[in-house]
Amino acid sequence: MTLCAVKSQLASGETARPGQAFFWLVSLLFSSLIWFTTATLIGNKDEPREKYLLIFGVLISVLIQEMFRFAYYKLLKKASEGLKIINPYEKAPSMRLLAYVSGLGFGIMSGVFSFVNTLSDSLGPGTVGIHGDPPQFFLNSAFMTLVITLLHVFWGIVFFDGCEKKKWYTLLVVLLSHLLVSALTLISPHYGLNLVLAYVIMVLMGVWAFFVSGGSCRSLKLCLLCQDKDFLLFNQRAR
Amino acid sequence: MLTFMASDSEEEVCDERTSLMSAESPTPRSCQDGRQALEDGESAAQWRSQESEEDREEEDPDRYVCSGVPGRPPGLEEELTLKYGAKHVIMLFVPVTLCMIVVVATIKSVRFYTEKNGQLIYTPFSEDTPSVGQRLLNSVLNTLIMISVIVTMTIFLVVLYKYRCYKFIHGWLIMSSLMLLFLFTYIYLGEVLKTYNVAMDYPTLFLTVWNFGAVGMVCIHWKGPLVLQQAYLIMISALMALVFIKYLPEWSAWVILGAISVYAAMVWTVGMAKLDPSSQGALQLPYDPEMEEDSYDSFGEPSYPDVFEPPLPGYPGEELEEEEERGVKLGLGDFIFYSVLVGKAAATGSGDWNTTLACFVAILIGLCLTLLLLAVFKKALPALPISITFGLIFYFSTDNLVRPFMDTLASHQLYI
Repeated sequence: MTLCAVKSQLASGETARPGQAFFWLVSLLFSSLIWFTTATLIGNKDEPREKYLLIFGVLISVLIQEMFRFAYYKLLKKASEGLKIINPYEKAPSMRLLAYVSGLGFGIMSGVFSFVNTLSDSLGPGTVGIHGDPPQFFLNSAFMTLVITLLHVFWGIVFFDGCEKKKWYTLLVVLLSHLLVSALTLISPHYGLNLVLAYVIMVLMGVWAFFVSGGSCRSLKLCLLCQDKDFLLFNQRAR
Repeated sequence: MLTFMASDSEEEVCDERTSLMSAESPTPRSCQDGRQALEDGESAAQWRSQESEEDREEEDPDRYVCSGVPGRPPGLEEELTLKYGAKHVIMLFVPVTLCMIVVVATIKSVRFYTEKNGQLIYTPFSEDTPSVGQRLLNSVLNTLIMISVIVTMTIFLVVLYKYRCYKFIHGWLIMSSLMLLFLFTYIYLGEVLKTYNVAMDYPTLFLTVWNFGAVGMVCIHWKGPLVLQQAYLIMISALMALVFIKYLPEWSAWVILGAISVYAAMVWTVGMAKLDPSSQGALQLPYDPEMEEDSYDSFGEPSYPDVFEPPLPGYPGEELEEEEERGVKLGLGDFIFYSVLVGKAAATGSGDWNTTLACFVAILIGLCLTLLLLAVFKKALPALPISITFGLIFYFSTDNLVRPFMDTLASHQLYI
């Protein structure tokens, strides 16, 4: 019986990942649509206008992404309630697991879309920064992609927890930190500041997500010293 | 060129026909499914949920496509449908993803499959016309011809089946799989070797192709490990998809994809409308017990298992697990058309990976949705329409809207 429960939990957890990836894709589609229509409507393409248009596009995109994250939360909630009605004896998949998986889906999709073209160009012939641009373009892209992916995972966990416990300020904090990270990338030639701040935000979000998922200093100590006998992801015991 | 061209489009139809045969069992219910699927006549889109096939354990044990099927207590049906639906989704993702990976990897590296080198006889109108209207018209005409060829071949095969010309069908299948496993593999291997500038002498080449092809024939038409059989089915689907990508002209390919999914949906709707549960004898092909036995005898060994069967792991000792019979079946035509869509996105996306990935995710999500509908309706469903629709929508929108946006963002190193 427990084997069944674990497997069905895994199964529904694993299908959450491509679902969230799809939702991210749709959000990207909508934000590109808005950017594109605005660009066509505005018309002439002088340099500062294009930059402002891009900033506008970035902000709209962040907003739409968070909206879609919320929409996916609602969808998952409805689905697990439906499952509970059909199978009352079956343990429903834990919302924490779903939060983690959906954050991961978002993060993977976002990271891959940002980075894969750069990656494929890096194989080709060329010199980085030949016109005076910084030569650490690829390194910066790689680190930035990593931090964005991890941030999406932590944001997902914190966001879903906030929705579950009806702490709406959590959603606002997630949205604002996402906007902050994206806005920081606007100062792009100064990589150092950009990256360091993003990593600081990531560590803070990570710590918050850890405490939100039920971790504590004691459990961390037990885990690091390998004294925790029940170290399983599916363990629902309150620590 | 002409002979293997002839087997190209028939291949899907052949797959469809024999998928019906391999699914047949002595029970009237599955036969009814089979007949209904037969009537749908859709080459590329039949799909059966095996979750309600209780009586399969009487099957010939050699038919490893239906391995391990004990009976199941009736009351657990709905619960298990929902519980195990997700697992089947995951298990279908793997072969579909593998096929797409093979096709995309080949398209991106081997230049042969993106070069224009003539067209199939089924798409006679050329797209090298000066005006857009003319080009559109030509692609629509090409699509009409292709669809009518598919319909003709389907009707031909149905007629053959009805008049019990099983030997003819069997021979046709063997010939087309021979063609795929030997000739197409030889061409593919030649092109790959050319791309990587690897020299191979004829004796080695002969040995390689012979071994590959012979083992493939044995695995597909006779007995072999399930995983190996599935690997070969993936390979031949990928080869077929590559042929389509190479020989179908640009716009015709997209219109054909759209038309095939519309056709699949239409045929399924018509089949559903005609199927009247109260009068089982009133199906287009009356259920003929003698025909049933005949087909069972002449295909004592497993017939062409062109449906894809995800291997289900065995769980010893858990009573509740035993009803994990066989999972869902996905026709080879579906694999082929999914891979054609993703391959075309990879070929024409101007070196852009975002489009390819977007189409890939869209197709997988379409597959998820179709499986969900399958679990809800418990009837055979066409696998093409939803996935291909999503794939097409995402291809065109990503190529035209998302790509400029992401490119601009990446060049300014902005992250969203």
